Amino acid sequence: MNGTFDTARETKKIGKRSIRWFRLKAQFEQQSMVWPGIIFLFIFAYYPMYGILIAFKDYDMFAGVSGSPWVGFSHFKEFFIDPNLYTVLRNTLAINGLNLMIGFPAPILFALLLNEITTQKFKRFVQTISYLPHFVSWVVFGGLILTILSPTNGILNYLLVSMGVISEPVNFIGEASNFWVILVSGEVLKGLGWGAIIYIAAISGVDQDMYEAATIDGAGKWQKMWYVTLPSIMGTIVIMLIFAISAILNTGFEQILVLQNPLNLDTSETIDTYVYKTGLQQMRYSFSTAAGLAKSVVAVILLFGANYLSKKITDNGLF
Amino acid sequence: MTVQSRGEKWFSVFNTIVMLIIMFLTLAPFWFTIAGSLNEGMDYMRGGVYFWPRSFTWGNYIAVFSDPTIYHAYWITAARTLLGTLTHVLFTALIAYGISRPNLKGKSAYMIYIMIPMFFGGGLVPTYLLYRDIGLLDNFMVFIIPGLFSVWDMMILLSFFRTIPESLIESAKIDGAGEYRIFLKFIIPLSMPALAAIALFNGVGHWNSYYDTLMFTSSDSLQTIQLFLMRVVTDATFAQGMSSQAAALVPEQAKKISPETLKLAMMIATTAPILLIYPFLQRYFVKGIMIGSIKG
Repeated sequence: MNGTFDTARETKKIGKRSIRWFRLKAQFEQQSMVWPGIIFLFIFAYYPMYGILIAFKDYDMFAGVSGSPWVGFSHFKEFFIDPNLYTVLRNTLAINGLNLMIGFPAPILFALLLNEITTQKFKRFVQTISYLPHFVSWVVFGGLILTILSPTNGILNYLLVSMGVISEPVNFIGEASNFWVILVSGEVLKGLGWGAIIYIAAISGVDQDMYEAATIDGAGKWQKMWYVTLPSIMGTIVIMLIFAISAILNTGFEQILVLQNPLNLDTSETIDTYVYKTGLQQMRYSFSTAAGLAKSVVAVILLFGANYLSKKITDNGLF
Repeated sequence: MTVQSRGEKWFSVFNTIVMLIIMFLTLAPFWFTIAGSLNEGMDYMRGGVYFWPRSFTWGNYIAVFSDPTIYHAYWITAARTLLGTLTHVLFTALIAYGISRPNLKGKSAYMIYIMIPMFFGGGLVPTYLLYRDIGLLDNFMVFIIPGLFSVWDMMILLSFFRTIPESLIESAKIDGAGEYRIFLKFIIPLSMPALAAIALFNGVGHWNSYYDTLMFTSSDSLQTIQLFLMRVVTDATFAQGMSSQAAALVPEQAKKISPETLKLAMMIATTAPILLIYPFLQRYFVKGIMIGSIKG
């Protein structure tokens, strides 16, 4: 009797121990799966954040980040009195302002219009075509834009000349005053279909009963769009708007470099391209890091500001 | 069937026209480019070739694929696309699986640590200096290693893993399978739709990227096709040089090519792989962003 009891306790003990060992092994394996990611982010995300310190130092290639001498805010001062600052800042704000005014509502409008198409096949076809430019590289897309605008064999010049709008072909991309319009039109067309996906998903989630109720109340198409669909997807719109506002200083880089040329530099140089040129081409490492940091700080302030306002006004926010 | 009012009918017509215009604006540039690339170079320069080649030739494409520089650029791009996508998907999936384990110790701390880089980053120059210090500059691995992991893709996979029943994993464990075995034998095959979506996005990104080639490499042997094309598109002298080199390589086509038409042929040849897979895999693209948006 006594012996049996002992054995039972013994088995229980061994069982407990092996379960613990089993759990430990599983835990170890799980940790070993996560740690490559932790190390990866440490090197490729956190270490560059530490590298931002060179904005407050005079970076010396041989001394590294920690060994370079501190200089406080002198690179920021240099950036703020830089004669290019006005141009660069103006272009960045203008391009993004246009993008916010045109590029932001365009996909919403597209999604709303697409939703009104009743022939499913046609709707799917339009959708498929509209995603296409998103998957084409900016080099090729920029190349397409340049081909259309070409003064020698571009179709736009041909059309405008034959309609008598202009008497001679114009080198559109070579004139600084056209750059913003060309860039923003290109971005709108490239992002139209893809940007609409999230709104199409939101619209498909709207309760169909609401439409029926609205129909019974005698609402027409426009009224349903205005009083049912739009309010229902307002949450999504607000979230996307917060993102768009926080990205107001991020002009895309790839599209601008493709369309930029010495003739339109006055309107095509933005903070991002300027950081690239001063940083990597002229090797003014500390200066361009300071310029990039100043931009990021403003972007973070904008993100929190937009989020705060949105929470106040619409009760919707990112965090 | 509801009776449409007159205004609604007009709206439908207007709506269809808007959609047709959008489709035309999207497709026409590709069409013009294809027509131009199939036209003789000198003739194209006279202008007027838009919807159909005037004097047809394959010469520009023959030239594009005979030039070893261009050929090499395609090779580098294909290599980085295949290797980069494969390693990215496996690495990201492994971490996502680890994070998805309910018993993982320190999970919330890890999540915060992983999320922070979504909002803050070091910026261009500190990243460049890091790559220089660890020997990634002008090294093929600069296309692969920094792209191994993406927090966003991890989030998509996390939400997908949540749909895999935990009982399945538990029963595999009772049968004595370790976490790595479960990951390889169960998780990867079960997550194929999500993995395929991520692989496609990532693959297209690799194929289309010229940013990293421009920033972090300098030798011609690492030039990707997009950077090569970028130089052709933005630099007339470079395009001229490429054209004369191609003309020297295929003398019988020399009269039929010009920098301009050669550029158009390259643009089409560079986009062709994407255009070819696009119709078949479009549903994956959309599915991928849907998974992401449900999460977000």
